[in-house]
Amino acid sequence: MNLLEMNRVKKSFGGLEVIHDISLQVGEGEIVSIIGPSGSGKSTLLRCATMLETMDSGELVYLGEQAAWNDKNGRTVYGDSQTLKKIRQNYGLVFQNFNLFPHFSVLKNIMDAPLTVQKRNKAEVRETAMELLRKMGLEDKADAYPCQLSGGQQQRVAIARALALNPKILFFDEPTSALDPELTGEVLKVIKSLADLHIAMVIVTHEMAFARDISDRVIFMADGVIVEEGTPEEVFASSNERTQSFLGRYGEMLK
Amino acid sequence: MEISVMLAKLAGGMAVSIQIFVLTLVFSLPLGLVVAFGRMSKNGILRAIVKTYISIMRGTPLMLQLMVVYFGPHYLLGIKVGSSYRIWATMIGFVINYAAYFAEIYRSGIQSMPVGQYEAAQLLGYSKIQTFFRIILPQVIKRILPSVTNEVITLVKDTSLAFTIGVGEMFTTAKALASSQVSMIPFVAAGLFYYIFNLVVAVAMDQTEKKLSYYQ
Ligand SMILES: Nc1ncnc2c1ncn2[C@@H]1O[C@H](COP(=O)(O)OP(=O)(O)OP(=O)(O)O)[C@@H](O)[C@H]1O
Ligand SMILES: [Mg+2]
Repeated sequence: MNLLEMNRVKKSFGGLEVIHDISLQVGEGEIVSIIGPSGSGKSTLLRCATMLETMDSGELVYLGEQAAWNDKNGRTVYGDSQTLKKIRQNYGLVFQNFNLFPHFSVLKNIMDAPLTVQKRNKAEVRETAMELLRKMGLEDKADAYPCQLSGGQQQRVAIARALALNPKILFFDEPTSALDPELTGEVLKVIKSLADLHIAMVIVTHEMAFARDISDRVIFMADGVIVEEGTPEEVFASSNERTQSFLGRYGEMLK
Repeated sequence: MEISVMLAKLAGGMAVSIQIFVLTLVFSLPLGLVVAFGRMSKNGILRAIVKTYISIMRGTPLMLQLMVVYFGPHYLLGIKVGSSYRIWATMIGFVINYAAYFAEIYRSGIQSMPVGQYEAAQLLGYSKIQTFFRIILPQVIKRILPSVTNEVITLVKDTSLAFTIGVGEMFTTAKALASSQVSMIPFVAAGLFYYIFNLVVAVAMDQTEKKLSYYQ
């Protein structure tokens, strides 16, 4: 069974359709990268998948459970709030600009949702949080506040915060594009290290070498449609004109 | 009259002033939050009503509002009110006036919060209420503290307006004593009182601000 299925999704802003009929499936443990030019609708697609944005048309299904479906006029209707709340537990999102809670310490940023939302045991949650911080190379920052950390460190805390809720699928929207170039590496390395957790990941990124190395599948989007998808080898060696012209700039770097 | 007797009377007035101050804050701070929600409500009618209320409270003198609250029941509705209603009228007048000011402060603070904080909270599964009280409000409080401090300092001085409806607070007492005793001492004492009261408030608010400066 697919973890995520998005079927024939459409989304407009003020009459302008920015997602045209996109379908996307993500399987268990699969790592999918979404690449494409600015304004092609990558963030909008992730925001529809994570229900930060409501779709105009199309279906959204997590683990076989419908979050949204079409009515007889082909307009999306969403499930009730209890159903959506349950479905939301399947996924997490790492934002471009982290969105950590500035008034909470690093440790509290990670522990608060498992405690107040999932009502888990405090000792167990603390253990999990410290383990995640170790994994992120931040065990000495547990008591720091987000404002005392570099962007790269904040993003790693944000990743730990999302992981603490045990999502089955984790979305990333350009996790490194708000960072200074010398800080991108540390975040990409952490994301790569998550591959062996067998959490599915959907990553919107402009880091082509990273996308090529980490992904099981690469999706190339342009103007609100999926132009091409396939293994990294297939997409990066594509003969499709649009793919080529987008990758052209990166082609040299990747060789 | 001996100075000690005079001071004892002034102390009584002082207690009433402090009582008006404390009770106004205790009730208007939470009420202001409720009013702010009304002001930001999705319901257009509610929003318009609350907006009108706020604009009246901010656009007319508090002194006048106190008189309306005090004399209104008798003049408008023909209800006989006892003299114990004075202090009630004072409290009602102060609370509804200050709630309006605090509501606007809360609103500006809430609207200045970046949408990313709500989105992060939603993704982490917080309910709307949890999001507001755990994530948003604590940050709003930090942001609005300077404006709240201004209002609180104004309130210290505003408590003297209760004299317009004959409540025996500090200023009323000082004025009565000064004319009956033909002495400046009550006025000096009253001035000192307000000054020190404000100083204490300023220090307390400053401490609170320091306490909240552990982040950004
Ligand atoms: N809230 C919104 N209101 C109006 N238009 C929007 C909104 N969000 C996105 N858009 C428009 O939708 C289109 C797709 O935007 P989106 O942010 O999804 O692109 P993107 O592929 O993520 O681009 P980038 O690589 O720059 O992040 C753009 O034309 C954008 O201007
Ligand atoms: Mg984007």
